[in-house]
Amino acid sequence: MYRLYAVLLTLIASVLPGLAAAQEAVGIDQRINQIFADYTGWYVSFIFAPLPGTTFSWIALWLVVGAVVFTVYFGAIQFKGFVHSIRLVKGDYSDPNDAGEVSHFQALATALSGTVGLGNIAGVAVAVSIGGPGATFWMVVAGLFGMATKFTECTLGVKYRNEYPDGSVSGGPMYYIVKGFAERGLPLGGFMAVVFSIFTILGALGGGNMFQANQAHAQIAGVVGDYPGWITGVILAGVTFAVIAGGLKSIARVTEKVVPFMGVFYVLVSVLILLINFDQIGWAFGQIFMGAFTGLGVVGGFTGALIQGFRRAAFSNEAGIGSAAIAHSAVRTKEPVTEGYVALLEPFIDTVVICTMTALVIVISGVMNVDPETGLYIWNAEAGRIATDGDVSGVALTSAAYAKAFSWFPVLLMVAVVLFAFSTMISWSYYGLKAWTYLFGEGQTKELVFKIIFCLFIVIGAAASLGPVIDFSDAMLFSMAIVNIIALYFLMPIVKRELNSYVTRLRAGEFVRHK
Amino acid sequence: MSKTAIVVGLDGSEAGQRALAFAKSRAEMIGDCSITLCYVIEWSPFSFQTPEENEQRHKRREEELKLAHERVIDPAVAQAKADGFEVTGVVKHGDAADILEDIAKAQSASQIVVGRVGVRGLKERLFGGVTGRLVASASVPVTIIP
Repeated sequence: MYRLYAVLLTLIASVLPGLAAAQEAVGIDQRINQIFADYTGWYVSFIFAPLPGTTFSWIALWLVVGAVVFTVYFGAIQFKGFVHSIRLVKGDYSDPNDAGEVSHFQALATALSGTVGLGNIAGVAVAVSIGGPGATFWMVVAGLFGMATKFTECTLGVKYRNEYPDGSVSGGPMYYIVKGFAERGLPLGGFMAVVFSIFTILGALGGGNMFQANQAHAQIAGVVGDYPGWITGVILAGVTFAVIAGGLKSIARVTEKVVPFMGVFYVLVSVLILLINFDQIGWAFGQIFMGAFTGLGVVGGFTGALIQGFRRAAFSNEAGIGSAAIAHSAVRTKEPVTEGYVALLEPFIDTVVICTMTALVIVISGVMNVDPETGLYIWNAEAGRIATDGDVSGVALTSAAYAKAFSWFPVLLMVAVVLFAFSTMISWSYYGLKAWTYLFGEGQTKELVFKIIFCLFIVIGAAASLGPVIDFSDAMLFSMAIVNIIALYFLMPIVKRELNSYVTRLRAGEFVRHK
Repeated sequence: MSKTAIVVGLDGSEAGQRALAFAKSRAEMIGDCSITLCYVIEWSPFSFQTPEENEQRHKRREEELKLAHERVIDPAVAQAKADGFEVTGVVKHGDAADILEDIAKAQSASQIVVGRVGVRGLKERLFGGVTGRLVASASVPVTIIP
């Protein structure tokens, strides 16, 4: 065990002087950025390219269209099956003899801690300040559709997972693509699984790691004052390494307990603010509905609100990316469809509940400036968004909105952002590792190599401002969705068969309710 | 008249041994009596775990069951059998109070015997320990051995 730490410390020690120098001279940052921009810029531009004549990136449309297709194909499963989902999570159908195995609740909570995070806090603020309150409406709509995507991918994740003789399991898109395609006699399954795994590793190192470390540092520095980023990076990397490689379960356990608590607390504070301003809730909903179709002075108008809302939802709940299928596959169930039912609650909690809370508080707080005469929002053309108090966006805007009600909130938000970032990193280290072992095989040394690489990227992410590198990694995250959703289209008849069989047997009373 | 059944909660402690000794003396007096020894591994389906813990969960569970059998239940069952009692042992995951009550119900037991472990922390002071909750919810008499 101590050898692991020694290896990590040596590695960090060898990188640190370089990073510190990089911060001072900025030269290395810029050179890396330049190299990345030169070689990968075309791919990033391609992934986030807008549809001709709009500012709407085709990748967001890809996710939303997928979600709508799955919603229609499965007969609005997210609405018809909602109550059943909650019963499953409560454990009503769990076999008491399976006690001690991973429950539906645990699988859901683990997957949620990977998605609830910066997107719910910073991303919503960005969407509302650019798209206006109406963006919230479209965000909720996209979130509701996204539930069907999660249903599809997580059912497949459980159905085609690998179960090893020692009882451990591995699942995710790479497994269902290979096995599902083989079952349907389709070609290229192995190729797509490899491509997906490569995207997953790169996405895990960026969006699931560097971006999180970077934002966590920015948030801490914003509250306590500026200091070198590598300090945050080394601390975060050390703690993460202790958890993922050192088996320091206590830290993981604390985080896994504190993170849901933070999430619940965040929602409670939001509800409290809404209750204090309950006379404005009607008005705020009015703004959201009107804004959804008129724009309320936002330059993009109706389409601006739509674009921002769809984008936010797609980027926040990860429906269609395929990551959730990895997290959900460890559950103990004889029926894969049950985990699909449970997973469809994820976008609901993440997007429909938490994101909407953030949006409502921002709208009600009045941090976005309104022209008192026209009742329309004042547009800050220079920044390309609505003018705000203190001219801020992102986490700072959310922070300012909540601070209007509770002055201590920014400190709490700092803690929340750091913890959310940390739990997202833990989750993505696992997703990345699963893709890594899929490509290179399982084995302690191989796994350790990935874990060390992962932790080094935390330091880099926190220390350097590597815009193009993070852009590239974001592009990788959404590339996962291209492969995954194509596979879902081909495999959805299998899910349908599972669903029909399950529903028939459920109606026939084959599954006993134990509670 | 059906056979009398006694459920005994064991936790590997001294108190558990005393509970078992008490149950044995009762069984001797009753005569036609079976004893069920039960070890509960505290576990909640509503806890929070990392993805890695979830992946390993099935394996860990098997190990936990094996250990509980090897260290606590199997030796106790063997000893009681050698003493001439009709005895079975079970190991389950869950809340000890709930599980003991469930087993007592399933076996139509006449009583549950547990050892008193004493109040340990603030949480138990506030919400009561396993024995406290068992007493509050049990459907059969509960004997607590100090």
